[in-house]
Amino acid sequence: MKGWAWLERIWPSVPILSALALTSLLLLAFGTSPVVAFGAIWEGVFSTPERMLTALAFWIPLLLSAAGLLVTFQAGLWNIGIEGQFILGALGASWVALSLHLPAPLQITLEILAGIAAGALWAGVAALLKRWGVHEIFGGLALNNLAIILTNYLIAGPWQPPEGGSFRGTVPFHEDAILPLLGSTRFSPLSLVLAAFAFGLVVLALRNSAWGLRLKALGRNPRSAFLLGVSSNREALLAMLFCGALAGLGGAVRVLSWFDSLRQSISGGIGYLALMVVILAGFRLYLTPLVALFFASVLSGSIVLQLRTQLHSSLGDILTGVMVLFVLLFGDFARIRNLFKSRGSKEDV
Amino acid sequence: MFDLNWATVLLQSAPLIIAVCGETISERVGVVNLSLDGSMLISAMTGFVAAYLSGSALVGFLAAAAVGAFFAFIVAYGSLALRLSQVAVGFVLTLLGDSLSAFLGQDFTRLPGPWVPKLPIPVLKDLPVIGPVFFNQDAMVYFTLLLVAATYWWIFKSRPGLELRSTGERPEAAFARGVHVRRLRYLYAMVGGALIGIAGAAYSLDVKIGWAEGHTRGLGWIALAVVIFGGWSPLRGALGVLLLVGVRSWIGIYLQPTAGADSTVVILNALPWLLMLVVLLVVSGKFTGSLIANAPPRLKRPLQRLLQVAPPAALGADLKEG
Amino acid sequence: MRVELQSISKHFGTVQANQEISLTLDPGSIYGLLGENGAGKSTLMKILSGYQPPDSGCILLDGKLQNFRSPADALAAGVGMLYQEPLDLPPFTVLENYLLGRARGLTVPTRQAARELIELGTRYGFQINPEETIRNLSLGERQQLELLRLLSGGAQLLILDEPTTGISAEQKDLLFASMRSLASKEGKTLILVSHKLDEVQELCSQVFVLRKGILVGGAKLPCPQSELVDLMFEQLPPRRRRAKSAPGKPVLDLQGAIVRTARMDLERVSLQVGAGEVFGLAGLEGSGQELLLKACAGLLPIAQGRRLLAGEDLTHLGYHATCNRGVRYIAAGRLEEGLVGGLTLTEHMALVTEEPSFLVDWPANRKQTAERIQRYQVVGTPESMVEELSGGNQQRFLFGLLPSSLKLVLMEHPTRGLDLRSTDWIWQQLNDRRTEGTAILFISADLDEILERSDRIAVFFSGRMSRVLDAAQTSVDELGRLIGGQQ
Repeated sequence: MKGWAWLERIWPSVPILSALALTSLLLLAFGTSPVVAFGAIWEGVFSTPERMLTALAFWIPLLLSAAGLLVTFQAGLWNIGIEGQFILGALGASWVALSLHLPAPLQITLEILAGIAAGALWAGVAALLKRWGVHEIFGGLALNNLAIILTNYLIAGPWQPPEGGSFRGTVPFHEDAILPLLGSTRFSPLSLVLAAFAFGLVVLALRNSAWGLRLKALGRNPRSAFLLGVSSNREALLAMLFCGALAGLGGAVRVLSWFDSLRQSISGGIGYLALMVVILAGFRLYLTPLVALFFASVLSGSIVLQLRTQLHSSLGDILTGVMVLFVLLFGDFARIRNLFKSRGSKEDV
Repeated sequence: MFDLNWATVLLQSAPLIIAVCGETISERVGVVNLSLDGSMLISAMTGFVAAYLSGSALVGFLAAAAVGAFFAFIVAYGSLALRLSQVAVGFVLTLLGDSLSAFLGQDFTRLPGPWVPKLPIPVLKDLPVIGPVFFNQDAMVYFTLLLVAATYWWIFKSRPGLELRSTGERPEAAFARGVHVRRLRYLYAMVGGALIGIAGAAYSLDVKIGWAEGHTRGLGWIALAVVIFGGWSPLRGALGVLLLVGVRSWIGIYLQPTAGADSTVVILNALPWLLMLVVLLVVSGKFTGSLIANAPPRLKRPLQRLLQVAPPAALGADLKEG
Repeated sequence: MRVELQSISKHFGTVQANQEISLTLDPGSIYGLLGENGAGKSTLMKILSGYQPPDSGCILLDGKLQNFRSPADALAAGVGMLYQEPLDLPPFTVLENYLLGRARGLTVPTRQAARELIELGTRYGFQINPEETIRNLSLGERQQLELLRLLSGGAQLLILDEPTTGISAEQKDLLFASMRSLASKEGKTLILVSHKLDEVQELCSQVFVLRKGILVGGAKLPCPQSELVDLMFEQLPPRRRRAKSAPGKPVLDLQGAIVRTARMDLERVSLQVGAGEVFGLAGLEGSGQELLLKACAGLLPIAQGRRLLAGEDLTHLGYHATCNRGVRYIAAGRLEEGLVGGLTLTEHMALVTEEPSFLVDWPANRKQTAERIQRYQVVGTPESMVEELSGGNQQRFLFGLLPSSLKLVLMEHPTRGLDLRSTDWIWQQLNDRRTEGTAILFISADLDEILERSDRIAVFFSGRMSRVLDAAQTSVDELGRLIGGQQ
C-alpha cells in the first residue's frame, strides 16, 4: 500500500517531533515560549565560537563513554557501571596530577594512562562481581555510588586544599597537568585527537577484529556462539575492560580540561547520558557520535537557558530523555504496525 | 549497646518498606520496574506539590500514587505490548523521572508544607518496649505496618494471591487454568507503581518534609536490591529495610565519637551500597551454593532457606506468549 | 460424551502438521493414538484440548460445535489433557496447585478442599498429601494430581500424552487401573498418545495411526503387532545394497558411559564408531539418543564410564577441548544452536576460520565464503543474513562451515525439514567425508534415512540403548519394534 510506505519513510521523525512537542507544552505550562527556550539553547551553543567549543568540550568525554558502551552492548551487556568507571578515570588522572610535577608531555601522558587504567580496573570489579553472581545492574550501580562517595571523601579529606575544604573541589591542578586548551575555552584539541583515535579503535575492534566478531555472536546468540567456539566469560570480561578504559579516558579528559581540579560532581552524569545516547542512536556505530554531539549541544546550551529564562537547566535533560523514551517506545515502525495488526487476533499471555 | 531510637528507625524505614512491598508485588507477576528510583523522585515531588497546593497531605499521597502507577504502566506496556526490554524502558524512565522532578519542582524547593500529623494510640502507646515504637507514630507508619501484613497475606495466604504467584512462576500453567495472565500483569504492575508513588510521598511529607532536587535519589535502587534480598517476600523485605536503617543508625551513633564526623559520614554513605553488594553476593552468589552443599546435613535446609533466594521463575525482560 | 473431529487441518509455516483429520470417539472407551515423531499427534491433541486453534475443521462434543479459546475453555466443556510434562507449578503445594483457577472468593478454603482432594484421590487409589510441594513429588505423583484436577474440573474426555515415560512400574499399574475404571465405570472417553506398542495393546480397544500429518488408518485391538508397525512406518522398496566399506580403527569409543540429567538418566552405553563408518541412532525423541550425542561432544558430563577419541581419554574434557581434537557437533535447531541470527554468511565464515588472526581480512573471507557457497550450492550471497536462508540452505551452510578434515562428526537430525534434493546433497557430502576417514554418528527420526545411510544402527528406548544392528540385515519392522520398546 502506497500510504504505508510513505508513513514508514517519515516514521523516524515522529518520536523526535513528538518529544519536541511535549517539551514545548511543558514550557508553555511554565509560562515560557518554546521559541524563546529553544532559541536560548541554540544561542547557548552557536552564538559565539567560545560557546561552540564549549559544546565540543562537553562532547568529547560523552563520545568516549558512548564509544565504550558500543563495545559492551555488542556483547549483549548492560554496563550501567559506566558512570563509576568514568569517575574512576577522573580520580586516576587527578591522583597523578596532584602527586607528580613533571614536564607537561610526560605529566599528561601519565595522567591519561592512569585514567585509562583506573576506569578499566573499576570495570573489572563489576565483571568479577557478575562472575560471582551479582547482576551487572546492581554491581554497576553500587560501584557508581561508591565511586561518588570515594570522590567526595578524597576531596574533603586527603586531597583537600590547604586552606581548608570547601568540599567543592581539590586545589586546582598545576599548569603542566592540565591539557592544553584552545584560547580561553575549556576545549582541548588534544582531547579531540584522543577521542578520534579511541573511536577509530572501537570501529576497528567492532568491525574488523576477530574479537569484535566474537562479541557480536555472543551478544546475538550466546548458545550458538558457544557451539561455534566462543568462550563467553573471557570475551565479556575483555569487553568490560575495554569500555572501562574508554570511560576512564573520558573521565581523565574531563577533569583535565573541562575542570581544572577534581570536583564533587565530576562526571556531570555523563556515564548515564552515554547510555541514553547509545539507546537513542539505536546502537548504531556511526550515528553515535552525532547523537552524542546533539546531546552535548542541548545540554551545554541549557546553561544559557537558565540565564535567559530562569528555568531549571534540567530542561535539556528532559528534552533528550523524552526523545529517547519516545524513540524506544514507538520508534520502530515494524513493531508498531505489528501491534495494530495483532489487536484483532486472540491475545492470550 | 543497642539502645537505638527504634521509633525513629521505624519512621525512617517506612517509605522504603512501602516501596519494597510495591516492587515485590510487581516482580511477583514478572514485571521489574527499574524506574523505581526516578518514580520515587517524581512521586515525592508530586506528593509534596499537590499537598502544598491543596493543603491536604492526603491529596498529596493520592497524586503521588497516580504518578507512580503511570510510570509502572509505561514499563508494563513497553514490556507486554511492545515486547521491549524491561531494563531499557525502566532505565530511561528512571533518568527521566529524575530530571522531570527537578524541573517541575523548581518553584517548590525548600518550602514548608503540610505533613502527616502524629497519631498516638491511647492505651497501646504506653505498653512497655513495643508501645512507643509501634503505637506512638503517625498514620503513614500505621499504614506501612498494615501494608506489610496485608501484602504478605494477599500474596501468600489469599486465593487471588495464588493467581498472582502463578503468573510470575509459570504463566503457561496459569493460563491453562483460566488465569487472566495479561490482565493480572498490568494490574499488579500498576498497584506496585502506586505503592512506589506513595512511598515517595511518604518521604517528602513525613520523613524529610519538603522538596529539593534529588530528594530521594538512591532509595529506589536500594529498594530494588532489598526485594531480592527479601526473597520476594514483603515480610522479609521489611525486615531487611529495618536492618539496613538500624545498622546505619547504630553506626552513626557509635562510630562518630571514635572515628570522627567526616569518616563517619563517608562510611554511612557507603554502607548501603556495600551492604547491597555483600547481601547480593550471599543470596545469589556462587559461594553460598558451595557453602550449602558442603554444610552438615541438618544445617542444609535452614541455611538454604535463610541464605538463598529464587526469583519468580518467569521474571525478567522476555515475557513470552503462553 | 461423543467426540467428533471433522477435517482438522493445521500448518506451521510450510509444514502441514495436520491434514484434514476426521475421527469419531464413543464414550466409555480407551483409544490409542500412534505415530512417529512429527506425525502430528501432539498438534492434533493440542487443538482438541484448546491449547491452539485449528486452521480449519471443527470439533463437536455431543453434536455441539465447540470453539475453544484456551485450555480452560476446553476443560469447562469437558476436555482435559495431561501433558507428558504436567503443566503444574513446582513451588506450590499440592493443594494450591489444585485450587488455582478453580476456587472463588478471597480465602483459600484449605481444610474443606484438602478433605475433598484426599477423598477424590482415594477414589482412584492415589495417595494425596495436600501439604507437599510439587517440586518434591515424583513425575507419577504429579501426573496423578493433574488427572484429579482435570476430573474434578469436569473432564469427560481425557487425553494422556506419553504418560508412562518416567514413572515407576507401580505408578503405571495404578494409572492403568484408574484409566480402565474411568472408561468402563464412569463412561469417560480416554485417548492414550503413546509409542509403546505393548501398552497400547494392553489398554486400548481401538487405535488410530497418524503419519506425516494424515490419518492413515486404524485398527481394533488386540491385533498383530506387525499390522501396527506397517501403519506407523511407511513401507519401503527393498534397500539397494550399498557397497559395504570396512570401518577403520575406532575413532569414538564409549565405555560404559552413564549420563544423568534432571529429566532422564542414560543407562550404561558402550559404543564404538570406526573411521569412515556411519552409525545411526534411532528412537522416539527424548529416548536418550540426544543425551548420548551431547555427551560424545563433551556438552554433557559423563557420570560414570569413559569417553575416548582416537585412543585419547577425553572423559573429563569439555566441549571446546573436544572440538579442538577434530570433533564437530551440529544440533537440530539450526538458528537456535548453531547459527547466529543477525550475522551474515561471511561473518560466520570468519568466526570459524581455521587461521585465527587479530584482524579479519574481510575481502579474503568474502572470497572464501563465495567459494563455499558455490561448492555447497547454497542459495544466498556472502552478505545475506543467515536467517534469510531457507532451512535447506542453512543446513548446507552449516556443513560449509565445517573444517576440511575431521575425525568425528556428530549430527542431530541432519535432514529434518529438508527437501529431497538438499537431503541427497548433504549425504553426498557426508559420504565424501567418510571416504576421507571421518566417523559419523547421527540421530534421525526418519527410519528410511537410518536404514539407507547407516552402516550400523542402535535404537534408544527410555534411556537404554538396544543391541547394535547391522543396517544391511535389519528391517523397518525390527526397528519399529525396538522403537516401541520390544526386544
